[in-house]
Amino acid sequence: MAHAIDDATIPIHIHDMTVAYHKKPVLWDVDLAVPEGKLVGIVGPNGAGKSTMIKAIMDLVPKASGWVRIYGQPYARMRQTIGYVPQRESVDWDFPIRALDVVLMGRYGHVGWLRRPGKIDREIAESALEKVGMADYRDRQINQLSGGQQQRVFLARALAQDARVYLMDEPFAGVDAATERAIIEILMELRSRDKTMLVVHHDLQTVNQYFDWLVLINMRVVAAGDTATVFTEENLNKTYGGRLTLLSDAAQAVADHQRGVS
Amino acid sequence: MLDGSFWIILTGAFAGGACGLLGVFLVLRKMSLLGDALSHAVLPGIAIAFLVSGSRDILPMFLGAAVFGVMTTLLVETFHRRWHVQEDASIGIAFTSLFALGVVLISAYAGQVDLDQECVLYGEIAYTPWDRLLIGEQDWGPRPVWILGTVFVLDLLFVLLFYKELKITSFDPDIAVAVGIPATLMHYMLMSSVSLTTVAAFESVGAILVVAMLIVPGATAYLWSDRLPVILIMSTVFGIVSAIAGYYLAGLWNSSIAGAMVLVVGGIFGVSLIVAPQYGLLGRVIRQGRLGLRVAQDHILLRLVRESETTEDPSVHISDLMEGSVGARFRSRVAMWCLGREGFVTWDAGHLALSDNGLGKATDLLRSHRLWETYFSQLGLPEDHLHHPADALEHFTDEELLQGLHAELPNAEIDPQGKRIPKNK
Repeated sequence: MAHAIDDATIPIHIHDMTVAYHKKPVLWDVDLAVPEGKLVGIVGPNGAGKSTMIKAIMDLVPKASGWVRIYGQPYARMRQTIGYVPQRESVDWDFPIRALDVVLMGRYGHVGWLRRPGKIDREIAESALEKVGMADYRDRQINQLSGGQQQRVFLARALAQDARVYLMDEPFAGVDAATERAIIEILMELRSRDKTMLVVHHDLQTVNQYFDWLVLINMRVVAAGDTATVFTEENLNKTYGGRLTLLSDAAQAVADHQRGVS
Repeated sequence: MLDGSFWIILTGAFAGGACGLLGVFLVLRKMSLLGDALSHAVLPGIAIAFLVSGSRDILPMFLGAAVFGVMTTLLVETFHRRWHVQEDASIGIAFTSLFALGVVLISAYAGQVDLDQECVLYGEIAYTPWDRLLIGEQDWGPRPVWILGTVFVLDLLFVLLFYKELKITSFDPDIAVAVGIPATLMHYMLMSSVSLTTVAAFESVGAILVVAMLIVPGATAYLWSDRLPVILIMSTVFGIVSAIAGYYLAGLWNSSIAGAMVLVVGGIFGVSLIVAPQYGLLGRVIRQGRLGLRVAQDHILLRLVRESETTEDPSVHISDLMEGSVGARFRSRVAMWCLGREGFVTWDAGHLALSDNGLGKATDLLRSHRLWETYFSQLGLPEDHLHHPADALEHFTDEELLQGLHAELPNAEIDPQGKRIPKNK
């Protein structure tokens, strides 16, 4: 039972959250309590609402109902606790800045208004770049980096933020094998320091190997829990099978009524 | 009292500089069109301010413009997000309607206030020296200079104080919000600044031409540099310079000062398109020319070293080294001259031979060519496909790539054509 859990120890607690785009629900009644210190995979088909869930946690998209608590507090008060790695395609890589500048952005929240990042911020950013193996590229223009290198820079930016919870939207999408290995090593290292990570993931082959906790979603949470118990053929069929047509028809009906098309 | 033209130039420079500075962020946010929209949409605000206050006092004007500026931004967002109108269409609808409202207001009440469409649309910077700022009996000099000077300083302060916020929200609003920087607030602050700047500048360069000053300097600076601070400085300077140069050009042609200023900034853009080092046409042509020359040099070296493998006399007559079109022959000729100057080849009665230095360099090239052929052969390419990729890659094989090749082909001694691969030094 959700109310029976001591909220202050739960990194991410979602209660009855529904998210809609243009009145059309894309996530229904999500209940989720992610335990601390886990590397959590979010897996589901395209359009299942994986990115939406991450964005809704951070108030980047409005919730139609329900609430989210970060260690028992609303997100607005816990911003500094959460590091975010958006999808690589979400930004303009022709923007005129260098790799180190992007990583430094992770410090902006700590720096505060009217002040510039100081020497310590710079050192933190540099060591974050080093951690992802990109120290040699610190002065490189970001449009001169390969896809995998850009993803590493994004990860370094989140590391520089020094958060307790990390939300990552497809960090393994379109990266080479070496980068994937480098990233997963960093995630495991973060886990060993009791950080909690929510990672949107596509590749079912690596689920067992990467994640110790798993959330299967398709417009709703199909199953959540230890990978060993959740990652079953039956649950995968429920997630990827066509049995959700009723829910998506219902969403369409809601949207149609709101637009007066029906 | 200072010369009248000094005041005109100063006004223009403040206007150009302020627009150039803020314009960078509009260009970076791919919102140039919104700058265009704002500069038009503030017109009814100005008109209403005139009608209500009955004067050209700066404060009501700014207030009216700021209200309509923010309103335009809100309208565009609402059309787009709430009512699902395409974003560019939303901008178009909002600003043309508001602009039209402004034009109607001004023409309907033109008799009552000292404001006419011509002045609003095209600016009348030439009157600057006679538009005095009077406080009590005291004459403080031309009013537009004060207004634009203040706006320029305010814009400068805005960018300096909120540099990192402007940077991160322009790069990615979601990331900004995630680290706790309010992207929406920054958006409205920037839009308000653009509105104020537009109002201040419209008197000098006119409502229509201010758009050019907001977009062109920023877009031009973007051609020159990849570094945001440099882009900001260059864009500001382009705005200032075009205002100054435009003034003199207008004097020369006896034409509209505002028109000439924009013409100059357009000219700077045109020239930059050609000469800007990284993204300019000239830079691209020069880089390609250099590359072509290097390839030609490499080919001559390869020809000479192959000759020395098979014959006793390793010198080749220059006519045997030139083939193809006139351009290609000329390039070969230049390549030979370069090789000679760098001491890689020696000349003797129209014959070219490798020097010791040249032999080393040519052997390196030959090695990488034959290694690549071996490599592609191992990948399973048939023999007649091997020369072309090896020929393309041999020019770009640096030490790192070469080591990679050696690692892939540890025992390669003979290439697929049965020719010896030179040993590594």
